[in-house]
Amino acid sequence: MTDKELSYCPGCGHGTAHRITMEVLDDLDAIKDTIGIAPVGCSVLAYEFMNIDMQQAAHGRAPALATAVKRLWPSKHVFTYQGDGDLAAIGTAETIHACNRGENIVIIFINNGIYGMTGGQMAPTTLPQMKSSTSPNGRDTGTMGHPLKITELIAQLPGVHFVTRQAVHTPGGVRKAKKAIKKAFEQSFENKGLCFVEIVSNCNSGWKMEPRASNVWMEENMFPYYPLGDIKVNGELISK
Amino acid sequence: MKGNEAMAEAAIRCGADGYFGYPITPQSEVLEYFMAEEPWNRTGMVVLQAESEIAAINMIYGGASTGKKVLTSSSSPGISLKQEGLSYLAGAELPCVVINVVRGGPGLGDIQPAQSDYFQSVKGGGHGDYKLFVIAPSSVQESADFVKKAFDIAFKYRIPALILSDGAIGQMMEKVELFEQEERLTDEQVIEKYGSWATTGKTADRERNIITSLDLIPERLEDHNKQLQAKYKKIEENEIMFEEIHCDDADHIIVAYGTSARICQKTVQLAREKGIKLGLMRPITLWPFPKKKIAEYGDTKKGIPTPDEVLTAFEKHFM
Repeated sequence: MTDKELSYCPGCGHGTAHRITMEVLDDLDAIKDTIGIAPVGCSVLAYEFMNIDMQQAAHGRAPALATAVKRLWPSKHVFTYQGDGDLAAIGTAETIHACNRGENIVIIFINNGIYGMTGGQMAPTTLPQMKSSTSPNGRDTGTMGHPLKITELIAQLPGVHFVTRQAVHTPGGVRKAKKAIKKAFEQSFENKGLCFVEIVSNCNSGWKMEPRASNVWMEENMFPYYPLGDIKVNGELISK
Repeated sequence: MKGNEAMAEAAIRCGADGYFGYPITPQSEVLEYFMAEEPWNRTGMVVLQAESEIAAINMIYGGASTGKKVLTSSSSPGISLKQEGLSYLAGAELPCVVINVVRGGPGLGDIQPAQSDYFQSVKGGGHGDYKLFVIAPSSVQESADFVKKAFDIAFKYRIPALILSDGAIGQMMEKVELFEQEERLTDEQVIEKYGSWATTGKTADRERNIITSLDLIPERLEDHNKQLQAKYKKIEENEIMFEEIHCDDADHIIVAYGTSARICQKTVQLAREKGIKLGLMRPITLWPFPKKKIAEYGDTKKGIPTPDEVLTAFEKHFM
């Protein structure tokens, strides 16, 4: 990480997710061989905090950038770091096709069920009945659609090698998430296919809660819809 | 060979590292040629059919951000889809080549040749205040040669370069003399040449490289824009290209580029046979545009007729 002060709200999971990603790259001695792609959204400034070479993509397009970088530099580690608006709404096509081609990249997907940067609008991942500034009476699935489980969706694709869903709001969760990110980088680097790590995170500002309450709310509401754990390992779906 | 094929072959020969494209008539032969020719076996060049024009231009952004020599191609509706990406490429000052084999518009238009993307090309095209280097071939030979030229300018100034062809030149078959194969740069050479800015992996001996078009500090963004404008001025001063045919003694001069210029060249020939002193001024670079040169004609020539195909575009330059 750089010395730059994080621009994230106190209590938000982004800082932790950034840190463990960088720790993994350090552990793998991969800093000099890694190119990261930042999205548009709260983590648009990820390149200010991650002390590696980075590109900042247009909204949703990070997997397209990563595709080209990895194909032109097969000896490098390439990853994208994207939020749910970026990855599961505007960038759905780029996400699905990069996964389907089995690009040997890592996608780190932060899912907090809301557009944080723009001030708490409804995201594709916003839960049913969940209030946001563009669903002030709660998400009506009849007219606004259902929360998109994009992680389960891309896990079906043969090009995808490893898919897991983690959280970083407890010390145990952080340890598990870090282990998962490490596995993702190792396996994508071995050209086994695309490795995808979702981190379900809180957005205390967007959810209009104090940080601890937002973590409790996340456990009680987000985790039942987005259950934690491995979804696909070594190219095989985990049956539950 | 066809104009479209010549551009693809020229890209391989000038040592391009990657092509990312998506099919659209009348430019699909570019992608088809690459896939048939398998340049990954010839030079190690990467070729990928993207899921959309949007993905393709963003692959260009990713590849260009690492200092590699990358290009994409499309035709008018697809080029419209690429405009967001072009704005980002211009903002982040990335070298790349984009080919537009223009067809009729607006909307889905048709698949016949047209020059109606002129304004989109020379005024930037996407959001923000930026320019592309725009070069317009009028033959298959130039289609091939200008790929190399466009890459040279793109890397010299770190600017996206646009080759503005059209459905006629793209589909037309002509003899073409191709330049010899040039070596692709190795990864080490790319790092040596462009390591000061390209994202090739942060080594211990340098600060990290960041490619972004974002700057939330207004003063800094203003400075960035001023620097871009200064660069554009330099290009305007140094990189204008045009061709004059029988202009010296002409009473009237036609101004036309690309396919239209070829038609007008015949017109000049027919007029001369009848004793009419007609000349042709063919802008080769459309941005920077040879406006000074054309303004000079104003003092000595009687008039500047323009062909219909480019009328709406050119009239605004002169009126």
